[in-house]
Amino acid sequence: MAKELEQQIDQMVDRYRNGKISRRDFMKYLGIAGAAAGLAGGPFGLARNAFAAKSITFHSWGGSTSEALRKYAFDPFTKATGIEVVDAAFTGMDAFLTQVKASYPPGGEFNLAHLSAVYDYARYTELGFGSVLDESKIPNLKNVIPKMTDTLRAISGGTLSAVPYDYGQTGIAYNSKHISKDKAEKLGASLLWDKDLKGKLGSWGGDFRTNMWYAALHTGQSPNNITDMDAVWNALREQRGMMKKYWASGSELMSLLANGEIYATVAWSGRVAALQKQGHPIGYLAPNNTYSWMEYMYVLKGTDMDVAQKLLNFMLEPDAAIAVALGQNYPPSLDPTKVSMPKDIEKLPAFDPTGKLDGYLFADPKYWNSHQVEWTEKWDRVKAGS
Amino acid sequence: MKSDSWKPWALLGPSLTAVFFLLVIPVCFVVVYSFWLRAPSGNDIPAFQFGNYAKFFADFFYPSLLIRTIRVALETVLLCLVMGYIPAYFFYRTESSLKPFLMILIMLPFWISFIIRTLSWINILGDSGLINHVFLKIGLIDRPLAMLYNEAAVLMGLLQYLLPFMILNIYVSLDGIDKSLTEAAKSLGCTEWQAFKEVTLPLSLPGVSAGCLLVFVLTCGTYLPPMILGGPGNDMIANLIFKRIVGTLDWPFGSALSTILLGLLGVIVYTYNRYLGISQIFKTLQ
Repeated sequence: MAKELEQQIDQMVDRYRNGKISRRDFMKYLGIAGAAAGLAGGPFGLARNAFAAKSITFHSWGGSTSEALRKYAFDPFTKATGIEVVDAAFTGMDAFLTQVKASYPPGGEFNLAHLSAVYDYARYTELGFGSVLDESKIPNLKNVIPKMTDTLRAISGGTLSAVPYDYGQTGIAYNSKHISKDKAEKLGASLLWDKDLKGKLGSWGGDFRTNMWYAALHTGQSPNNITDMDAVWNALREQRGMMKKYWASGSELMSLLANGEIYATVAWSGRVAALQKQGHPIGYLAPNNTYSWMEYMYVLKGTDMDVAQKLLNFMLEPDAAIAVALGQNYPPSLDPTKVSMPKDIEKLPAFDPTGKLDGYLFADPKYWNSHQVEWTEKWDRVKAGS
Repeated sequence: MKSDSWKPWALLGPSLTAVFFLLVIPVCFVVVYSFWLRAPSGNDIPAFQFGNYAKFFADFFYPSLLIRTIRVALETVLLCLVMGYIPAYFFYRTESSLKPFLMILIMLPFWISFIIRTLSWINILGDSGLINHVFLKIGLIDRPLAMLYNEAAVLMGLLQYLLPFMILNIYVSLDGIDKSLTEAAKSLGCTEWQAFKEVTLPLSLPGVSAGCLLVFVLTCGTYLPPMILGGPGNDMIANLIFKRIVGTLDWPFGSALSTILLGLLGVIVYTYNRYLGISQIFKTLQ
């Protein structure tokens, strides 16, 4: 911290000497730097460091995920190291990224987070919130499915800022009392455009990717390389006319399906598994090139890496990872050819017994993130009926 | 006298400081952000340009959301006024010993989370909700009525949220009216209706004005009822701001939308004050 501040002051002195900044600005900077040094290095800094050394923050989805992590990873970790894990739930990926961006210094108030989707890994990394993990200090990483770590490494220049933790799919959920399995399998993605389901369809309103992905499949295109964009938007316009509700959260999705408000929708595989466990007549369809994604434990810049790496290793212990997987109904990132999985995991939708994830298509972060603003705005219009 | 002039400022000081730091400064930040640019990664680029405002006005999609918001806000005000005046008048007139209990009933919704109150309408209006369930059971209908995920459901959600504000404002105004005035009007030959129309109603207008303004402003800024109870095409401007700020990290454009909404509401409040007189509203409290 002191070193960084010294370097910054040296740079400012150089800029002042070279006439690039005025004397007034230079004095202003020195004042601010002094105040910053006082706050960071003075009594407040000591208190903060003392607190920081004894705890680490972890943000996740809450509920059964947090309960399982607390029991199988956090408590043993605290017992072994004396470091407390302060865990908190976030409301969603986008809201959390907004919080991280708004924190000061950006990202500095947060340590570990249980994030979703490869494109978000890219967003956090591009925004400069990433860290570099020392993989040798996380021995359990060797049990993780290689395709998952390779995918993340490719985004962050060969290193890892996160460890993959689980994976899932956004497939199609359908009410099996009103839609037969044969019909669902025959229509595939086009089930979401079935005219018989007018007024009984749902979709995730908050995500342009999911909607465009399935429109691409419906129009016979590759989701990661859409060539006829007009066809996609026209398909989504057509679908809007048959839509009952664009849902906004997983609980709303479950409520709509469970109450029979909608008969078919795109759906997260874990939520479908939860509905099936509750005894609702909900089928799951994963058409060819189903939208697949992974979740990972991201370590934000500024975190004490030794503590974070130790904690990640505890979290990747098979007992912890499997308990969390059962709690949230998504298969763990552990390679089933290396770690034996219980029957309940093997039954989960989206589980891959080969550990290779060969048929799983992830969203290409470069492709989707580069069009994010343009397509979000377009999607908002289509959704609004224009 | 002069030596006491600091006292009101001393008393107001803590509140003004809080308003300055928690409202004025954040709003200034929002205005400054509205001139910035968004980098493709989601980072903000400091700048001074009007591109975000130009984007809003260049495409009718954005103004159309604002127009819809104003329309829904006016509809909500009208509904709240019609449905709020009657209970407020009842509370004013009644001598019942149950009056305090009934007043608590008006306040009761505030004890329950707004989200939960809004969500509860799903169990009432939904396809398998209470109303459809009963109607289907008694054979009144053979398929569920579509009562949810449309503008009517949004208005219902707004009404349950905002009605107490209207009732309380009107009641406070009515409660300040000397009941002997209406008695005097009646003793001079007015019928009950004429006494209400000529005496009570005009004297209650400050409360009506305050209630209408409050309901209008709160409706313009709300996003939960359209999100939970609305269907495709029922989004309001606050939903769009939420999506831009949180969904796409486009803080500059989200800030521009917020500033436009703030400016529009400012113009409306100013006009309201000019023609209806906000100062009249405060007389109610006196």
